[in-house]
Amino acid sequence: MLYFSKIRIFFISFITIIFILIASSNFFKTDYFLLNKKINLGLDLLGGSYLLLEIDNKPVIEQKLQNLTTTIRNYFKDKNIKINNLKLLNESIIFNVSSENKDKIINDFKDEDSEINPYYPRFKSHQLDLEETTEGFKVNFSRQGLIELKTSSQDQAIEIVRRRIDEIGTNEPNILKRGNNRILVELPGLDDPLRIKSLLGKTANLTFRFVTNDDQDTFGVEKLRYENSTEDDFVSKRIILSGDNLLDAQPRMDNQTNETIVSFSLDRVGAKRFGKATSAGIGKRMAIVLDGKIISAPVIRDTIASGSGQISGGFTFQSATDLALLLRSGALPAPLNIIEERTVGPDLGQDSINAGIIALTIGFLLVIIFMFVRYKIFGLITNITLIINLFILIGILTIFEATLTLPGIAGIILTVGMAVDANVLIFERIKEELKNERNNIFAFDSGYTKSRTAIIDANITTLLAAFVLFFMGSGPVKGFSVTLGVGIFTTLFSVYFIARLLTGLYVSNNKNKEKLI
Amino acid sequence: MIPFNKYYNQFNIISSFLIIISLALLIFKGLNFGIDFKGGTLIELRSTDSKINVSTLRDSFSKMNLGDISVKKFGNDKDFLVKFENKNNKKNAIEEIKSNLDKSFGNNFNFRRVENVGPKVSAELLKSGIIAISLSLAFMLIYIWIRFEWQFSLGAILALFHDVILTLGFFSLLSLEINLSIIAAVLTIVGYSMNDTVVIYDRVRENLRKYSDIKIYELTNISINETLSRTIITSLTTLLALVAIFLFGGEILKGFSFAMILGVIFGTYSSIYIANTVLVRLRVTQKTVSRDDTNI
Repeated sequence: MLYFSKIRIFFISFITIIFILIASSNFFKTDYFLLNKKINLGLDLLGGSYLLLEIDNKPVIEQKLQNLTTTIRNYFKDKNIKINNLKLLNESIIFNVSSENKDKIINDFKDEDSEINPYYPRFKSHQLDLEETTEGFKVNFSRQGLIELKTSSQDQAIEIVRRRIDEIGTNEPNILKRGNNRILVELPGLDDPLRIKSLLGKTANLTFRFVTNDDQDTFGVEKLRYENSTEDDFVSKRIILSGDNLLDAQPRMDNQTNETIVSFSLDRVGAKRFGKATSAGIGKRMAIVLDGKIISAPVIRDTIASGSGQISGGFTFQSATDLALLLRSGALPAPLNIIEERTVGPDLGQDSINAGIIALTIGFLLVIIFMFVRYKIFGLITNITLIINLFILIGILTIFEATLTLPGIAGIILTVGMAVDANVLIFERIKEELKNERNNIFAFDSGYTKSRTAIIDANITTLLAAFVLFFMGSGPVKGFSVTLGVGIFTTLFSVYFIARLLTGLYVSNNKNKEKLI
Repeated sequence: MIPFNKYYNQFNIISSFLIIISLALLIFKGLNFGIDFKGGTLIELRSTDSKINVSTLRDSFSKMNLGDISVKKFGNDKDFLVKFENKNNKKNAIEEIKSNLDKSFGNNFNFRRVENVGPKVSAELLKSGIIAISLSLAFMLIYIWIRFEWQFSLGAILALFHDVILTLGFFSLLSLEINLSIIAAVLTIVGYSMNDTVVIYDRVRENLRKYSDIKIYELTNISINETLSRTIITSLTTLLALVAIFLFGGEILKGFSFAMILGVIFGTYSSIYIANTVLVRLRVTQKTVSRDDTNI
């Protein structure tokens, strides 16, 4: 029926006004309820960096297995079971026991209260898998054990990433987990993406170790390269101190040498160890090793008991600042690789906004002019509906604080083009009905009714496509699916309530007019 | 009434021919995948020095040993688009390029956009793109199957395949780049083409119930004509909006809007000449729609 009750008219006007207000709140600042929300601009419009980081868990797994071999040896030693040929081979632990001890080993690994092999009742799985092969026992992380390990290294890594980014002071960074070994970082309005990339790309594993040429070193030695040269030195594997013991680190200027340095202070344990090592090692050289490279290896002249010291290594002020930042925020549990990067400069973002607004305005005008020329008064109604539709669409995006991207703007323009479809379907149907029906009101009524299935079917198909895009797409493309999908709902609302109300009012005032449409 | 049905055979032959050419292009020439799906690095540069041109820039880049590299103008004389494989996944590639460019041209470049997609991610993006398109086709198939009879479902899906294959064939022919936004465009084409087909099918079904003595060959023609003005108007307004994006929406949306323009044209054509001829060839009769499922 074309008849609309007063209450219905009131509600439609009310909703329309509310959405116009909300949509326009994007352009001014208020603190009123619902009006304080804004559409977020995507990185492609605002400028900024999108980084997808992948945690390289291999070193962590190797380290854990390495520690586990020691644990296994000691654990069974206490139980008087002798473990033979214990070694790490191809990422699994292998060992032998005498045949009478085999059952004990199996029991210890499969027991739900096992100390050596924690049981996760939630997942009905142990941390480790024990396998009996012809060569003996083989121990590996179980599926659940690996997941646990990855999750925990992801938790640690995301914390460190957050600290590092906070230290730089980027506004409103977005740091999220993806899967169980990835971290997504979105940094709007970033000035220097290269710096943040180099900061996130470093594990920042700091160690203090003696330089040694002594092959008798019980911990073993390794040959490491200097950060700024091609020289190598032999360094003991024994770690005197690691970055964990650091309380603070700051870039400084050394007054005597006029060199930029990084000064650090240690916690109590660290200070004690450092004091002991420096007093025992006077005259030796202590290498400061960061991520497998020697920054510098100064000669120890005196015992350092104060728990503070400094690192020199030919830093510029920038590199000293960055090193201090990395040391303050701590080491990553595993190396991070940047596997996807998308950076947009602020001026390109602004250009895209301008282009988007121009395209939207022109597209909108073209459609409006076309509709007016084709349908006259009904074109005007469609156009009013279209404008309100646009406000509601922007209003809904505002309420949900959705992110608007460049493809998202394209989605809005496309919505404008396709939104007239429903009205066109209805108007064309009414025209057809008027050929056999003299009563204007009846013709309008059946025009609306008979076109309904086609309109709904047609919109559901587009909605399905938007739906798939939303779940499969990423980043800017997702923004497109959001505006396209929301646009379908606002279109249906504006066509069936607003346009219908306006046409209804017009038709009931022109009941007897010939050639109405 | 325009006798669309007179040309059913001719246009079916043309369509089959076009599909075969498109498939041949897709198989033998293949698609020009962008870094989203192939992996690699993309840089958009803007120069402040008007003397810098593509060939000097290309020479400078080819000295940097970055693997397969392409340097192109991007929209105007100041903007350049540089793409390279970055096969060794050099971590500091961008820094190196920056310092190299500063050395050769002075500090005259503004890095407007940098995109780097690793091989693992690009493989995943390609996979999810293919899944997305297949999934949307499957959804459409199921939806139409629920709403209409199987003959209609088949016709609609054939029309969809026609549009998607022809659009991709066109992209292959012109070596246009396939990136994430093209996948979005293809999905929207799927939605649009379906939309168009459904409107005509809805009318065909209604007419099958209305006229008990008209054969499907005539009936499709009546239905096409009855919905023709709507088809034209909607296609036109959608095209107007798309042309606005294509001309004024900036370089980034060019590929997307071009794919959509093609898709809308193919979609409009296929809902007349593919979707309806399938009904004729499957000899749909009044009996096909006899079960009562008029309104939702």
